[in-house]
Amino acid sequence: MSSRLSQRIAFALLFLATLVVVLPVVVILAIIVAKGASAISWEFLFTMPRDGMSAGGILPAILGTLYLVLGAVLFAVPLGVAAAVYLVEYSGDNRFSRLVKLAIVNLAGVPSVVYGLFGLGIFVIFFRFGASILSGALTLGIMILPVIITSAREALESVPRHFRTVSLSLGASRWQTIRHSVLPHALPGILTGMILGLGRAAGETAPILFTVAAFYLPRLPQSVFDQTMALPYHLYVISTQVPGVPENVRYGTALVLLALVLLLNLAAIILRSRFRARKKW
Amino acid sequence: MVTRAAKFSIQGLHVHYGSLCALRDLNLEIAAHELFTVIGPANSGKSTFLNSLNRLIDLEAHSRVSGGIRLDGIDIRAGLEVEALRRKVGIVFALPLPLPISIYENVVYGLRMQGVRDAKALDAAVERSLRESYLWEEVKDRLRTPAMNLSGGQQQRLCMARILAGQPDVLLFDEPTSGLDPISTARIEETLLVLKEKYTIVLVTNNVAQAARVGDRTAFFLMGEMVEVSATSTMFTTPADSRTSDYITGKFG
Repeated sequence: MSSRLSQRIAFALLFLATLVVVLPVVVILAIIVAKGASAISWEFLFTMPRDGMSAGGILPAILGTLYLVLGAVLFAVPLGVAAAVYLVEYSGDNRFSRLVKLAIVNLAGVPSVVYGLFGLGIFVIFFRFGASILSGALTLGIMILPVIITSAREALESVPRHFRTVSLSLGASRWQTIRHSVLPHALPGILTGMILGLGRAAGETAPILFTVAAFYLPRLPQSVFDQTMALPYHLYVISTQVPGVPENVRYGTALVLLALVLLLNLAAIILRSRFRARKKW
Repeated sequence: MVTRAAKFSIQGLHVHYGSLCALRDLNLEIAAHELFTVIGPANSGKSTFLNSLNRLIDLEAHSRVSGGIRLDGIDIRAGLEVEALRRKVGIVFALPLPLPISIYENVVYGLRMQGVRDAKALDAAVERSLRESYLWEEVKDRLRTPAMNLSGGQQQRLCMARILAGQPDVLLFDEPTSGLDPISTARIEETLLVLKEKYTIVLVTNNVAQAARVGDRTAFFLMGEMVEVSATSTMFTTPADSRTSDYITGKFG
């Protein structure tokens, strides 16, 4: 076989592999849009469900997911970034920091249903938060901690070492150096971690199953101690637990969940590129 | 020779990196308003010496320092906060290393960290220190633009302005012209000669001719030891040690 022919075959195979990777995304999007777009309306997005959830809107589920994602990020980002700063800037390389890093890697490997059970035991029962937005958001927050810590660590480590040396040589303290010459330049990477965390928190069903999600609620949650409906769980309910829900309502709900995640990601990506445009070294 | 009061007085300074000895039993006095130059081949301990003077050496993993350094008679470890020491003893590195912020913010960085908030005081410090480093005329209309857009020589003068803004006593230069073209180098050297009227300067250089051009006194370092220290004119005409004459005549290094 000539080298030219084998090269062509190799390129064709590589191209095919790329195509196969893209295909599921396109097909999933196409099916969901095709079957769900007809359900999307003002009423669907902004009103309460009616007739045993087979009609009306999905407003409580949309709001619930937004609350949960927001709560998870508010909890996990400051905590995760602080831990990453400690690991990168202060702890150095010793037995303790290696143990912590190992723990973080393992935390990332825990199945999401185990987080759900953990949240039930700790937040719902032990701390007596009950099944509530607080419990659910904290559970989701812990679930996304590893990805936030890991990406924040990578972002901090990629800030050139001489930024720190220069800052310290000008009489800044270590904390001032971190605050003014390291963190600002690590922000794009930290936001990337937040994006990944957002997407995961919005889509997971298992962690909220025991900690917050309600089958059906006639009114919107009034405080963080209330239960709430949420999109992933609502999708599960109307697809398997409630008979007679029209197909376009089910696919419409999936479409909204997908659009919500994409929208959150888009906002974070725009934010990140804004920061990145101002920095260059 | 040294009639003025000692700015730095160094006694029995040893620096180790792990088991490697980078600087051995250094005893030296540097006078106020002196332009003290240090020459020597790579790994002779010149940069280690410089980084000991403002304790940047502490950032090196596994570094161990023994012996004493006094600045105006005060021990730089026992008698001074490290932040205060580094404000008094500014350093310009071999490569121009502006922070990725505006020219203005680079200059006032140290002052902001000290807690200076007054806009008028900051503006005044920017103009004064940029004039002192002969950069003001070139950048006065674009102070808010990124420092990274400046040329290499301009960046290095910005780094000088950045330490001058904090009104230091001593300026350390670690091969400041090694990455610059001859014209930029000449400008930096002229600036050094003016600055020594106000400041004490320690210049580490791998360019022997540069030490001869600007130095008042010169020390020759070799493998962690100071071989010789004398008035620059003496060292370059009648060096006392044969290793010094070999090095400055280019037989090694």
